[in-house]
Amino acid sequence: MSGLLLNLGSDLETVLEDVRPGLVQVRDGRGAGGAGTVWHPDGLILTNAHVVAGGPVSVTFRDGRTLPADLLARDAGLDLAALSVEAAGLPTVALGESRTLRPGQIVLALGHPQGLVGAVTAGVVIGSENGARGPEGAEWITADLHLRPGYSGGPLVDARGRLVGINFMMNGPGVGMAVPVHVVKAFLRRNLGGSRARPESETLALAPVPSPPG
Amino acid sequence: MANVLMELSDSLAGTVETVGRGTVRVEGRRRLPASGIAWSRDGLVVTAHHVLEQDEDIRVGLPDGEAVTASVVGRDPTTDVAVLRVEAGDLTPPALAGPDEVKVGELVLAIGRPGKSARATLGIVSVLGKEWHTRAGGRLDRYLQTDVVMYPGFSGGPLAGASGEVLGLNTSALVRGASVAVPVATLHRVVDTLVAHGRVRRGYLGVGTQPVRLPADVAQGLERDTGLLVVSVEPGSPAHGDGLVLGDTIVALDGAPVRHLDDLLALLTEDRIGGRVPLQVLRGGRLQDMSVAVGERP
Repeated sequence: MSGLLLNLGSDLETVLEDVRPGLVQVRDGRGAGGAGTVWHPDGLILTNAHVVAGGPVSVTFRDGRTLPADLLARDAGLDLAALSVEAAGLPTVALGESRTLRPGQIVLALGHPQGLVGAVTAGVVIGSENGARGPEGAEWITADLHLRPGYSGGPLVDARGRLVGINFMMNGPGVGMAVPVHVVKAFLRRNLGGSRARPESETLALAPVPSPPG
Repeated sequence: MANVLMELSDSLAGTVETVGRGTVRVEGRRRLPASGIAWSRDGLVVTAHHVLEQDEDIRVGLPDGEAVTASVVGRDPTTDVAVLRVEAGDLTPPALAGPDEVKVGELVLAIGRPGKSARATLGIVSVLGKEWHTRAGGRLDRYLQTDVVMYPGFSGGPLAGASGEVLGLNTSALVRGASVAVPVATLHRVVDTLVAHGRVRRGYLGVGTQPVRLPADVAQGLERDTGLLVVSVEPGSPAHGDGLVLGDTIVALDGAPVRHLDDLLALLTEDRIGGRVPLQVLRGGRLQDMSVAVGERP
């Protein structure tokens, strides 16, 4: 039993090691800022629209680098924003499949609650919500996570460490919501065309991140 | 790679899928629908009493997407359990856990179907107590509290244990702010009674009471600190007919101590209805034995 729990703990650690490099801090000159998720190694970063509603945006990486970011697209209805930084070979989070998520599956949310950099919280998928509220195409993953301020824009990953959503808000005590990756993909297609789409081959990549071309 | 974590994740999702086949949607109130457990293949559904705000026009959403009308077989407000019958045959009741198959710390899933698909939250068994009486006087065979998030519409749905068997019926109405489940043993008992009689019968004296501290000498003699002060007597009730009056303090019923309302409610069981029970009261500073008829709670 204790062996199993220890294994569970080390499995969680492994997943976090894989995912953490793709988690960034996003600031727009107001408050404590939020989190962001590296979507493409060439500098495309996803966050929530509400995280970048103020002044000039900057992104801080795990290694301490802070770079200015351009706002490429913003959709307040979906609460998504796409940022671009001058960088290459950034570590990304492996893409998962959000349409086939099953209730009960374990998910982990990463972010910086109250400025605690690189924090994590775990729960299970409750289900998905869509339609009635919000704009057309809006759809959310609900999970029994307590997503305090600062988790916004960070990655939601499954037990395999694959990105299934972008955290965005709490919906009542103990219920967190995330924008599913298939909604993120549609948002990027709509706003950026195919230019910044992630190559399909990478969607399964668990491989090491390519190094920067110098 | 992450093996235990993935296995756990898959196993939890598998349990939700299996138990979800026996979890139905219950539309018995104007706002948000709630959940229910398929109880028998031929159409019995168990749900929470408090989610049925109407007795007519109740609809049950089955896992295959079909919605059918349901009639109320019976309700027991004291344990927050209600039984419905749907016309659709061939429900898929989930496996039920036997008694004593639950442990503190055990992983549990609350499963509901307030919408079209099954939903779930994860937690552990927080408190496991002995027999417990609800504020309304219902008897739960054991107290079972978890830390699962009761997502809106989860009341009436199953609490599934690590084995994938159902441990109880989730309700957020028995204890404010806590997720309590009505254990399977209680469900069996209440469902059988509701199917047979349409309601759960409770004994009734017709008094309103309040626990009070007993005078020191009486407390010492009886070896208990409190009794139940009679603060109202329902006109025409058994208590009225047998001479209980305002100011009497009930200290025992049929030889068993009465310290709190819970004690009295627990003693007024169905089998006492229609009979007489000895009652010990403190009246004018002196202990006095009397007997009172037990009616049926209206």
